Amino acid sequence: MLEVTNLGCVRGTRRLFRDLNFSAAAGELVELRGPNGSGKTSLLRIVCGLAAPASGEVCWKGKNIRTLGEQYFRDVAYLAHQNGVKDELTAYENLRVSSGIAGRSLAKSEAIDSLARVGLADRLHLPARVLSAGQRRRLALARLLSLKCRLWVLDEVLTSLDDAAMQLAREFINQHLKEDGIAIIATHQDLNLSVNRVNRVQLAGV
Amino acid sequence: MFAWVIWRDLILAWRRRADVLATLFFFIIVVSLFPLGIGPEPQLLRTIAPGVVWVAALLASMLALGRTFGNDFQDGTLEQLLLTPQPLFLIVLAKVLAQWVVSELPLVLVAPVLGMQFGLSQNTLWIMTLSLLLGTPVLSLIGSIGAALTLGLRAANVLVALLVLPLYIPVLIFGAGAIESTVNGLEPKAYLLLLGATLVLALAFAPWATSAALRISVE
Repeated sequence: MLEVTNLGCVRGTRRLFRDLNFSAAAGELVELRGPNGSGKTSLLRIVCGLAAPASGEVCWKGKNIRTLGEQYFRDVAYLAHQNGVKDELTAYENLRVSSGIAGRSLAKSEAIDSLARVGLADRLHLPARVLSAGQRRRLALARLLSLKCRLWVLDEVLTSLDDAAMQLAREFINQHLKEDGIAIIATHQDLNLSVNRVNRVQLAGV
Repeated sequence: MFAWVIWRDLILAWRRRADVLATLFFFIIVVSLFPLGIGPEPQLLRTIAPGVVWVAALLASMLALGRTFGNDFQDGTLEQLLLTPQPLFLIVLAKVLAQWVVSELPLVLVAPVLGMQFGLSQNTLWIMTLSLLLGTPVLSLIGSIGAALTLGLRAANVLVALLVLPLYIPVLIFGAGAIESTVNGLEPKAYLLLLGATLVLALAFAPWATSAALRISVE
């Protein structure tokens, strides 16, 4: 469903990568590896549709994502290095606002359940400012789940997470892939996911 | 969705009250200093009032521009907004509306009170409020384009000023002109209609331009 053809990326005057080709069908995982500065984040941002590639194209269900526009965004959820969490809002408010803006309003009970699943049940009504980095990452995970998107684009998803939360994240990704979702994950660590087909994309870095 | 964006921005502004009040106090201080500095001669005060109030509103508005998208840009929520399956220009319109309510509406409400320091008549104060009510949304809308273009740049404040000032000047001329003509006993209708027209134009084009600028800035 996701096809990347001849993708090239230029940042400033540096060419990060060129002629990159890979694809992913339902239930498949794309594991993106490479040294620091090799263009992993740039690649993920191009796949999301936030940045335009220097050459090549990304196709979702056969159509170029730049022509799909908002239809594509309905299917994509992006977890960046930054958590996308507002410091002045509580964990509960953050979750309800982000799903409300995406058009998938969460009921109060659903939001509370979601936060309990990621282990933030006793931090519901604290401003995100006082949460630790790991707790904010958990909140970002809760947001990812609530969006219910087909394609997950995850940049270093396991950063800042403790062992319990890492296990939780693996469960969520396994579940997502089992339900015919697709995930493209940039990572430095071994993910240890229980998935049959893994496409490994290695960025060389110069 | 529209309501969620507005609610979010209003709550965030309320929880960061100090920033918001700074704009209002700036406006009050600038406008109040002129009668003190220039002296009490009534005719002189009445002549300078339209320009002073409008320039102060303009400057205060420019100070507040960075807040529209700056905070969201820094914590990564702006990217998430750009990835929602909703039309971006609607999200932009909602954010600009919230920014106007928080930064400019207080100015509009306080202006008639400040205008009394210049010895302006009831009718003039009413026209002053009306011109600000029509003109400040235009400042917010045009300013949002500049804010979006200068996201994350160093010396963003100076750059925004350079970008939006040429577009602000017509608003200043029409707005101050409306009050000035009332002070001189003439009809302000023409100026007010022109302000209304710029508001309609800004509503039609600015959100679209701001959306394009946001996508470029986030790339």
